Amino acid sequence: MTQAPTFATEAPPEATELLRFATAGSVDDGKSTLIGRLLFDTKTLFEDQWDAVEAVSAGRGDEYTDLALLTDGLRSEREQGITIDVAYRYFATPERKFIIADTPGHIQYTRNMVTGASTADLALILVDARKGLVEQSRRHAFLCSLLRVPHMVLCVNKMDLVDYDEETFKRIEKEFCAFTTKLEVPDLTVVPISALKGDNVVSRSANMPWYQGPSLLHHLEKVHIASDRNLVDVRFPVQQVIRPHSNDNHDYRGYAGQIASGVMKPGDDVMVLPSGFTSKIASIETADGPLAEAFPPLSVTVRLEDELDVSRGDMLCRPANQPRVAQDVEAMVCWMDEQRPLRLRGKYAIKHTTADVRAIVKDVQYQLDVNTLHRDESADELKLNEIGRVTLRTTKPLLCDDYRRNRSTGGFIIIDESDNRTVGAGIIV
Amino acid sequence: MSDYRVSHLAALEAEAIYIFREVAATCQRPVLLFSGGKDSIVMLHLAQKAFAPAPIPFPVMHVDTGQNFDEVLDFRDRRVAATGVQLLIASVQDAIDRGLVTEPPDGTRNRIQTPVLLEAAEKYQFDALFGGARRDEEKARAKERVFSFRDDFGQWDPKNQRPELWNLYNGRVHPGEQIRVFPLSNWTELDVWRYIGEQDIELPPVYFAAEREVVDRGGMLFAVNRFIRPKDGEPVFTEKIRYRTVGDATLTAGVRSDATTVDQIIAEVAATRITERGATRGDDKTSEAAMEDRKREGYF
Repeated sequence: MTQAPTFATEAPPEATELLRFATAGSVDDGKSTLIGRLLFDTKTLFEDQWDAVEAVSAGRGDEYTDLALLTDGLRSEREQGITIDVAYRYFATPERKFIIADTPGHIQYTRNMVTGASTADLALILVDARKGLVEQSRRHAFLCSLLRVPHMVLCVNKMDLVDYDEETFKRIEKEFCAFTTKLEVPDLTVVPISALKGDNVVSRSANMPWYQGPSLLHHLEKVHIASDRNLVDVRFPVQQVIRPHSNDNHDYRGYAGQIASGVMKPGDDVMVLPSGFTSKIASIETADGPLAEAFPPLSVTVRLEDELDVSRGDMLCRPANQPRVAQDVEAMVCWMDEQRPLRLRGKYAIKHTTADVRAIVKDVQYQLDVNTLHRDESADELKLNEIGRVTLRTTKPLLCDDYRRNRSTGGFIIIDESDNRTVGAGIIV
Repeated sequence: MSDYRVSHLAALEAEAIYIFREVAATCQRPVLLFSGGKDSIVMLHLAQKAFAPAPIPFPVMHVDTGQNFDEVLDFRDRRVAATGVQLLIASVQDAIDRGLVTEPPDGTRNRIQTPVLLEAAEKYQFDALFGGARRDEEKARAKERVFSFRDDFGQWDPKNQRPELWNLYNGRVHPGEQIRVFPLSNWTELDVWRYIGEQDIELPPVYFAAEREVVDRGGMLFAVNRFIRPKDGEPVFTEKIRYRTVGDATLTAGVRSDATTVDQIIAEVAATRITERGATRGDDKTSEAAMEDRKREGYF
């Protein structure tokens, strides 16, 4: 990694699909180097970025150009050599466009990890081949399973430092697989790599002929994500009502929103919740014209055949497939606030789909140790980065599903009403 | 469409439209920052799509440094007239005349835009300001939220950002505070150009290559116009250039190019190896943390 890269000059063909992935790792396991390597080898790195990183590296007397410098954006991060916050990176190959949510491993790990994992199609966890699984690897795997990230990749990094030894890799793979069977991990791939040397990152490495699987990038390009979305349960949270108030459109009334799940078509019977009134979809419209069908993640405007009272926070669904309408909600909550813990009897604002409600904490059932999965039932509060199961009572019913069935209608955020900060995230169970 | 997949551009568009609608539905007084630059043109296009067939339910505002390309201002006025939105202008020249800000000795007005922006936000009581910034532009931006909270002074505190999960954006503020909203956060420069091509969006002529009289300053090519005057003895020569970004005319340099169509620009952008801001923006060269510092002061 000491020479400047050769930069591609040909234009990549049109990228077609979007894959969001979150990266997690502990300190020094080479996560930043891996991201730098992916950007570098997919020719995403720009010359001026490379020059800047090279200059800083050389100035510090580094032995090789430190690709981690690419991802540390804030002054305090560079000064302290740590990563503070979730950073987003972008690269594309002819197959896909990728969004990386790069989450730091050491401080605020739970908050950042949960944030990055909430939108991820895939989670990439790194371990150092010399050290094997550490406490943080298990914690990351647990959080990804809690957030129902559909695909997981374990990268056993620094294989060059264990002489590309197959036995070392197999031992770590076996241990990790044993751990994840206790979690909900629908799809796991384990890849031996060296981010520093580039082994198995973009192309298969000649140093590990015993490894028969895909390179990391090949897997990221090919992993099947189209069926991860819920296309069964129609859930359309109404964002706002579109009423043009113009002469051309004075009777127009459309419900704008992004389809959370399911497939909608004109003519479908729908029910409006919480009112329970039913109608049929008259049309599904966009600025580019009407659609014959609509599905996630499209943003559309739905018009109904009947004039009903529908407003923001309401939800359209199918009469025979409705979400829960619940004021008593059981949830796993991750607390994200440094200033005050979540307290029994505490009152908060909740944002769930497009609905805003208030809630009181009726019960803290237990606090979960994310390393041992031990439940502390004596807990009556959750502090920063703690996770626990709580019971909430809301002022208005939530139109919700179990998070494991529907990531869009099963998640909510908790807001402190005194200063409007987002202080927690909840997963409906 | 039968396999229910969407292209990455369609996914980015759907995300941006969702963000526009969330703000319109939950904030009291939003405004869209509109300069006539390509990112803000894409933003205006997306805002129109988000509320169609209704008009855009908020005004647009230009923080006008008084040092803009004439073609861009013409375009701005035409585009706004065609859209029917209200255009507010916060004038930096006027702020200099009133003594709110002082013209810096080097004549560049980028940094003094911030007090003008903040004053206008206060005057009109805007609680949500849409900007076209993208996370791929710069290292500090890569860490900024889609809904970025700013305090009474418009300041960004990178260590105290609201966690952002799923698509649940927290736009709650107290009076005097604001949310800066970035619907294009997840777009790259290439995505913006591809979208412009796909949607056939009109741009000001400065984005397309043409023979222009230029001076070379520190390796950057500045077109000679009423703001950029050749210094004594400074060589002026003709180059075919276009602009990748269009900011203040005293700061924005062009790049050598033969691209006269959007497709040709896409091909050039896909092959280019210098970041957009690195190639063309004198304002980011000040230090490694120039953008971070300006954002802390309330810059976009």
